[in-house]
Amino acid sequence: MKKHDIKHHLSKELLLAYSAGQLEEGFSIAIATHISMCDQCRAESESLEAMGGAVFEDLEPNVIDADAFAKTLALIDQMPEQTNVASKTKELPEPLADYVGCDLKDIDWRPIGMGVKQKILVNSEKVSARLLYIPAGTAVPEHGHKGREVTLVLKGAFKDEIDYFGPGDIELADGDTHHTPVASDEEDCICLAVTDAPLQFNKLIHKIAQPFLKI
Amino acid sequence: MLIETKIRGSDHSLAASVYAIDSRKIESKRIVSSDSSNKKLWAELIKKVDTLKDTSSFEELFNHFAPRVKAFLMKSGADPQMAEECSQEVMATVWRKAHLFDPSRASASTWIFTIARNKKIDAIRKQNRPEPEQLYPDQDYEPDQEAVVELQQETERLTLALGELPEKQRILVEKAYLGELSHSEIAEITGLPLGTIKSRIRLALEKLRHAMM
Repeated sequence: MKKHDIKHHLSKELLLAYSAGQLEEGFSIAIATHISMCDQCRAESESLEAMGGAVFEDLEPNVIDADAFAKTLALIDQMPEQTNVASKTKELPEPLADYVGCDLKDIDWRPIGMGVKQKILVNSEKVSARLLYIPAGTAVPEHGHKGREVTLVLKGAFKDEIDYFGPGDIELADGDTHHTPVASDEEDCICLAVTDAPLQFNKLIHKIAQPFLKI
Repeated sequence: MLIETKIRGSDHSLAASVYAIDSRKIESKRIVSSDSSNKKLWAELIKKVDTLKDTSSFEELFNHFAPRVKAFLMKSGADPQMAEECSQEVMATVWRKAHLFDPSRASASTWIFTIARNKKIDAIRKQNRPEPEQLYPDQDYEPDQEAVVELQQETERLTLALGELPEKQRILVEKAYLGELSHSEIAEITGLPLGTIKSRIRLALEKLRHAMM
């Protein structure tokens, strides 16, 4: 993926939770994907890991088994060789490609109305992560959130009441945010949307449809 | 560094007393850390593991880090048996992934912490850990030695700065990394002293990007 002029970055809270290993998997996909596209947030994340390294180094060492070293050497012999695999054609950053599992054109999108399509990547009790495909000029129905929503633009752009978001940009929304993202007129927009509670659409028809759409 | 340069080769007893004051100052902090030359040494040992497959270098790393990895995993909720097995797996990963260690972006402690953290997510939280793309420079890329030294010094300063945080804040930070805080509690941690180390890492990333062209 080409590097773009990213304007909207990850919050310190998300980066800290991710670096400390405390963030749910679904959100972590968005964080790892954004960091793959953004060296500013990569540096921030790695400096937070340095803080973790300082905490780690300061731990009172625990006693380990007498044969631990020998067992570790045996483990090394069993492990497969690591090879540097330079990534192939990169449509999507690796951490996301691992979840999508195919090229963008081969995704089995599910329509969710008004031309918008989705592909669910992770759907646990707490968090769901999905790709959204929004045709150029189309609006995603106005919705609010019970919890957090992290949206990462992968292709194209959208704008809403808050700002304009292009490739690599992150939009963070919480329980108070009501917004209507509209894809830019030039290009269809693909983004990754992660929520920790079901999205709430404001029109009755969407409320009825919601359980069926798993949105 | 400045003091060291000035006093080197002059009065040895003066040098000794300056160091004594310095180490007292450091030891009075709760967080006591080895000096940066030591940190550099760990980094060199990882390099030897990578290039020479040197078992004795690996054993030195093992003796220092394996007991800390085990402590980290037990603090994160693993029972002793699981922590023992997982710490062996973490150290085996250190051997296997030694070629990915970049001392201009992380100290040995930091890098091993990230491996232990990922093991915790995998073994204790039973979740996948999506990781950012690895940056692979050209084969003959060597991180700039000056950048490596500076990064190790910044890591040292960060350790001291952590010790200087207000007590309440410092405990929160430790809990965050040991897995004892929820996401919303993590949001209460503010003002971490990361500005300088962040700009060092940023510069190292820029150099690496150039080596990837």
